[in-house]
Amino acid sequence: MSETAPRTGSPPPESMLSAAAKRLWEWVLPFIVVIALWQFASLFFPRFLFPSLIDVFWRCLEILSDGSMFKDVMVTIYRILAGLAGSFVIGAALALLMVRSRAVDKFLSPILTLFQGIPALSWVVFAIIWFHGVEFRILFIMVLTTLPAFTFQVLGALRGMSRDLMEMVFSFRPSRAKLFRVMIAPAILPDILTAWKVNLGNASRVVVVAELVGATGGVGYQLLLQQQLFDMAGALAWTMQLVFFVLVVQGSLTLIENIAFRYRAVSERAI
Amino acid sequence: MKDDVTSAEAAIHLVDVSKVFGKIGTDAAFRAVDGLNLDVRPGQMLALLGKTGCGKSTIFNMIAGLTAPSSGTVRVDGRDPFAEFDSFRGKMAIVFQNDRLLPWRTAIQNVELGLEMLEIPVAERRATAQQWLTKLGLSGHENDYPHALSGGMRQRVSIARAFATNANILLCDEPFSALDESTAGRLRAEFVRLVKENGKTAVFITHSIREALEIGDRIVVLKRPAMIAYDVRFDASTGPQEREDIRSRIVEVLAA
Repeated sequence: MSETAPRTGSPPPESMLSAAAKRLWEWVLPFIVVIALWQFASLFFPRFLFPSLIDVFWRCLEILSDGSMFKDVMVTIYRILAGLAGSFVIGAALALLMVRSRAVDKFLSPILTLFQGIPALSWVVFAIIWFHGVEFRILFIMVLTTLPAFTFQVLGALRGMSRDLMEMVFSFRPSRAKLFRVMIAPAILPDILTAWKVNLGNASRVVVVAELVGATGGVGYQLLLQQQLFDMAGALAWTMQLVFFVLVVQGSLTLIENIAFRYRAVSERAI
Repeated sequence: MKDDVTSAEAAIHLVDVSKVFGKIGTDAAFRAVDGLNLDVRPGQMLALLGKTGCGKSTIFNMIAGLTAPSSGTVRVDGRDPFAEFDSFRGKMAIVFQNDRLLPWRTAIQNVELGLEMLEIPVAERRATAQQWLTKLGLSGHENDYPHALSGGMRQRVSIARAFATNANILLCDEPFSALDESTAGRLRAEFVRLVKENGKTAVFITHSIREALEIGDRIVVLKRPAMIAYDVRFDASTGPQEREDIRSRIVEVLAA
């Protein structure tokens, strides 16, 4: 190690612009290809199989502008977020207990692994048999299907914390609250955001299954109606609402990552 | 030279201290420290010298209160640093072998860490941290994250972090061993000056005889399992020939 600070420099604005344009093009290209293929297929197949994407676009706008339809979208979003929040809180608490006690870890790990093996559809069936309230059923399904992943991810983050840094912070004799604020929270935040990203995708798939079978509102319920009407444009439009939601939340999480993790060194050489 | 410190006056007081890792009485048991007696008087700079694996770090961790002794008594300022861990908040600071800076905090935020634990108001702790960064030649780098600093600069931040709390006892675990010799030499000189100026009691672990002679006013050479093999005190008036004799004696003890 030496006394000289590492050199930092920024490339000229033109090359940054062209790099940004290239990244945008690389990101957009796959979508353009899929859209073009679908639109091409819609020219040769009946509407109920491959509707024109222009129809789908107008149906999407209708859902977003019609109050009662948009309410169904919001209900589903609320269910996803409530399920994920519940699962995260319980999972984080379980992970803390497991990291503090080997006995708790030995007891809970097999149970969570067992839960991981149970398909989401089975939880839907169990919930319908066990409970009456629609909202409670869906919350139960959402929590149970995402709980093992959240618990193991938070557990992994807690166990992966640097022992050296922990020891350094301990040497200043922090209170529990300060230890959490200055060390534990920032150290596990990257893994927690990744866990949210992964579980968000899972939850958006599970919520549709849960609503499809046991609800009287929401995107899943609307998809069931479209299936009964053989309305492919409607089915796609409702599906797109969930896709939009996932993209918006994923984008927000990425934005948080970019701001919160600006302390990370960036290597010029990729993996 | 005689050290006339009594156990009541000692800043650090170890009596018949042993540390065994693994289950005592089994083949898996490993005795890292065996019946160690050691007193460090207030204001003394003790260099603990020994080969790798001789138990230096175990003694260090027991004095820091991070590990409990298997038997014997450890007292720092008359109290048990392990049992009364929280009572040493702000009274003991550590400089580690590597800088151990929190990567998500800027240089100044890292220096403020110990002051935050002491509930020092934001403005006051910012001023103190700034003052220590300036003293250590890091003015202008306050808002740099650790990854943007060189190894020497990072270690300076960690020294500033230790001094900022104004703790009476400084524990240093080979803090300059990862630096190149010229940087280490400069930091070592700065470190000695700061310790003397601020009247700290310091325990400095090292495996370098030269470093021990530069840093300490007392050198304790340890042999495995951490027993005192040689204990020598000296001061600024100790001449080059006398220092050379001490160096030769340490070499002999380590080779024995």
